[in-house]
Amino acid sequence: MNEKGEPVIDLEKCTRCRLCIKACPVGAIEIYFTPEEQKILDELSAKERAKPEAAPEKPAEAHLAKLGEYRGVWVFVEHAEGRPAEVSWELLGVGAGLARARGVELAAVVIGDNVEHLAREAFAYGAHKVYLVDAPVYHYYRTEPYYRTLCYLAEKYKPEIILVGATGLGRDLAGAVATRLETGLTADCTGLAIDERGFLLQTRPAFGGNIMATILTERTRPQMATVRPHVMPMPEKDASRSGIIIREEAPVREEEIAVKVLEIIPDTRLDTVDVAAADIIVAGGRGLGSAENFRILEELASELGGVVACSRAAVEAGWMPLERQVGQTGKTVRPKIYFAVGISGAIQHLVGMQDAETIIAINRDPHAPIFEVATYGIVGDLFEVVPAITAYIRKRRAEKAAGSK
Amino acid sequence: MNIIVCIKQVPKTAQVKIDSRTNTLIRQGVESIINPFDTYALEEGVRLRERHGGKVTVISMGPPQAETALREAISLGADEAILLTDRAFAGADTWATAYTLSRAIMRLATYDLIICGRQTFDGDTGQVGPELAEMLGIPFVAYVSAIEEIRDRYLRVRRMVEEGYEVIETGLPALITVTKEINQPRLPSLRGIMKSKSAPVPAWGAKELDVDPSRVGLNGSATQVIRIFFPERTHQAEIITGSPEEQADRLVAKLREARLI
Repeated sequence: MNEKGEPVIDLEKCTRCRLCIKACPVGAIEIYFTPEEQKILDELSAKERAKPEAAPEKPAEAHLAKLGEYRGVWVFVEHAEGRPAEVSWELLGVGAGLARARGVELAAVVIGDNVEHLAREAFAYGAHKVYLVDAPVYHYYRTEPYYRTLCYLAEKYKPEIILVGATGLGRDLAGAVATRLETGLTADCTGLAIDERGFLLQTRPAFGGNIMATILTERTRPQMATVRPHVMPMPEKDASRSGIIIREEAPVREEEIAVKVLEIIPDTRLDTVDVAAADIIVAGGRGLGSAENFRILEELASELGGVVACSRAAVEAGWMPLERQVGQTGKTVRPKIYFAVGISGAIQHLVGMQDAETIIAINRDPHAPIFEVATYGIVGDLFEVVPAITAYIRKRRAEKAAGSK
Repeated sequence: MNIIVCIKQVPKTAQVKIDSRTNTLIRQGVESIINPFDTYALEEGVRLRERHGGKVTVISMGPPQAETALREAISLGADEAILLTDRAFAGADTWATAYTLSRAIMRLATYDLIICGRQTFDGDTGQVGPELAEMLGIPFVAYVSAIEEIRDRYLRVRRMVEEGYEVIETGLPALITVTKEINQPRLPSLRGIMKSKSAPVPAWGAKELDVDPSRVGLNGSATQVIRIFFPERTHQAEIITGSPEEQADRLVAKLREARLI
């Protein structure tokens, strides 16, 4: 009770059974939560309940044996008309570690039209085996033929893990496959590991990166996860490696597919700069103050051979296009050098760039969270510091050019 | 044209603070809104009804408070709203959510098109759309940025792909997820607001939906959260001091030393 004698509910202890409401003889207790509180309470109580359940509900031996029928780690190779998406090779890199930990094979699944070259590339990036389904029906990506084919392969060969890139295509495909196979799917994993029982530990950010959650697919197989591009490092390519190609007939026919692609229209307005692929990124945030001020970042970026990116604040202010946004709702990057200029470092931004090799933070506020992930920090006025860096690099270049003559 | 729009109520901000002392979430009264991506789905449904007649039914699974989001949807032009709420639904992952939605949709009379937002603002997975289509056994097109033609049992749309657009045709009924390029959502009308106050919003629970209890909520979730933890950031940056020129000089020297430039 508080000093006025009103009952107060200890939220830490309340289980929301609401028996107290019924029990109170004078009807003094009422429980009210804001929708947000309710949501968090629901999630927490769900998690709470998950814990004790996980223990007594240990899969029985027979069930474990059944799960044990599933062996091998698969990576779905995404491509657009035969041009591979790099995330596929990144997944082969992380998949190799999982396969080693489990003592099983790493396989790539290549579905497409005229895509045998992707099988060879998959070997170069570490696949031991490739399941290849090559037919005209797969020329353009469509959910139905692709997911039916992946389900067909998974039901026939029973892999324990399937990894898919968390791209537009990959999310669409993985969602459909997991539904059909009635198995768990964890989106946007940032960490994948094997536990002592041989299960896949899938770690992903929740609540915009404030919390990390480790998720297990306890009762069903395969264990499916998607991973965003550039979250995992690119493995070494070794063109001398090879492996076994298992060819399968397409289990779907064109006549059965309701969805038809009539036309592909390349977007000419689309930004040609791919921030996710850049080695050097100069990113600006709210501190830039205007679209025009991004010019000073452009100058530094062009001096270094890098590209300009931004935080969500800069996109929302209309200073930069969405394609340049780094972070939770933008792109994930892992460049060699990342300049964070006038970016305070909201967690949503940090999750998109914290794996950069070297992070240089330039900010007026010495307490900005960006300094917690930065390699080097400069506390100061970006409008003085950034042009000074650009001028300094330019000067050194000129001296070097003059000296080498 | 009977259209179903699926929406989710989400906190207005994804920012959740943590009490570093007790390692618990700081629960503050953050305003709840309709998932921003879903407002485009709703607007597109209402526009299709205005052009082709029929009705727009909005459904949402969530705690009882999600009724607010459904009433807001009515004020924005939806004809009917149904809330799927039950303690048994709590803790659902995307699979269990899609299953629950699919059971509700099967209870409704015939429909031509189901529209969902491309993803939610909080969970961010984008999985419920494709999973729901698969459970209902209907064609699915993701990231639709324009509906080019829609008529009896036929739909032609423009969908965003990594390198541009695809024009796609399919039969109806179908499920699409839409991007924000598709339209500019309207503001609530006065008539809509009046209607939203009095409109019935039936709440369906596990009993009404006749669901298999092992397939909803936490029990029906194929994935289980086994641990939550807080990302560690103990690292401290090496702070470079001096005048702007000195800072620039020292930074470049360090980058050169590390052979980065």
